[in-house]
Amino acid sequence: MAAPAPLRLLYFAGLRERLGTAEEAVVLPAGIATVGALMAWQRGRGPAHAAVFAAAARVRCAVNQDFAGPDAPVGAGDEVAFFPPMTGG
Amino acid sequence: MATIRVQPEDFDIGAEVAALTSGRTDIGGIGCFVGTVRDSSASRPIAALTLEHYPGMTERAMARIAGEAERRWSLLGCTLIHRVGRLAPGANIVLVVAAAAHRQAALDATAFLIDWLKTRAPFWKKEIFLDGSEAWVAARESDEDAAARWSGDR
Repeated sequence: MAAPAPLRLLYFAGLRERLGTAEEAVVLPAGIATVGALMAWQRGRGPAHAAVFAAAARVRCAVNQDFAGPDAPVGAGDEVAFFPPMTGG
Repeated sequence: MATIRVQPEDFDIGAEVAALTSGRTDIGGIGCFVGTVRDSSASRPIAALTLEHYPGMTERAMARIAGEAERRWSLLGCTLIHRVGRLAPGANIVLVVAAAAHRQAALDATAFLIDWLKTRAPFWKKEIFLDGSEAWVAARESDEDAAARWSGDR
């Protein structure tokens, strides 16, 4: 059987700096199928992740470049981005 | 079809308006907003802003926002240009141009476009202060309120 395709995680702005990475590929444990579950899993990945993802209300998400709420599905091969509230213009 | 650009380079406001209206005689009003870099933040002098974005998603989000404005106000033309990278005080950051048959649609669409660009397109500003320290700009409640006022039915 082929190995499961990884999920591509992207981080921007303050989140990128606090996590010390702009991009990583992860293979999700079984049972993680939504943005909310992915964020909960992130909290268990170390102190920096725990701190960033503890403030869930301050973290925005996009799945495959569309804004996504906690109930949005995620799976192998998706591009999932986490970032702070936007401050353009 | 809106013109959407994300670029480090400056833009020429006159040239962009001319490009939007060239050869057209149906336009009756053009709204224009230009965002520029202020030289201070909460009375602290700043040396520059840096603008980060999410390549790919940014253009998608801007096109969606422009499409919404074109639909709501029956725009005859729309240009959105947002700069990225390091920008000094006084520099242009963002250009919004909306053309319509009548002034109210052009002005309202322009206000809508900048309100939504600030809160619904993936850009982030960082302030570089004169002393060399840096800080990401925090999202403002007032910007979210300004964007939300367009969410109800017109």
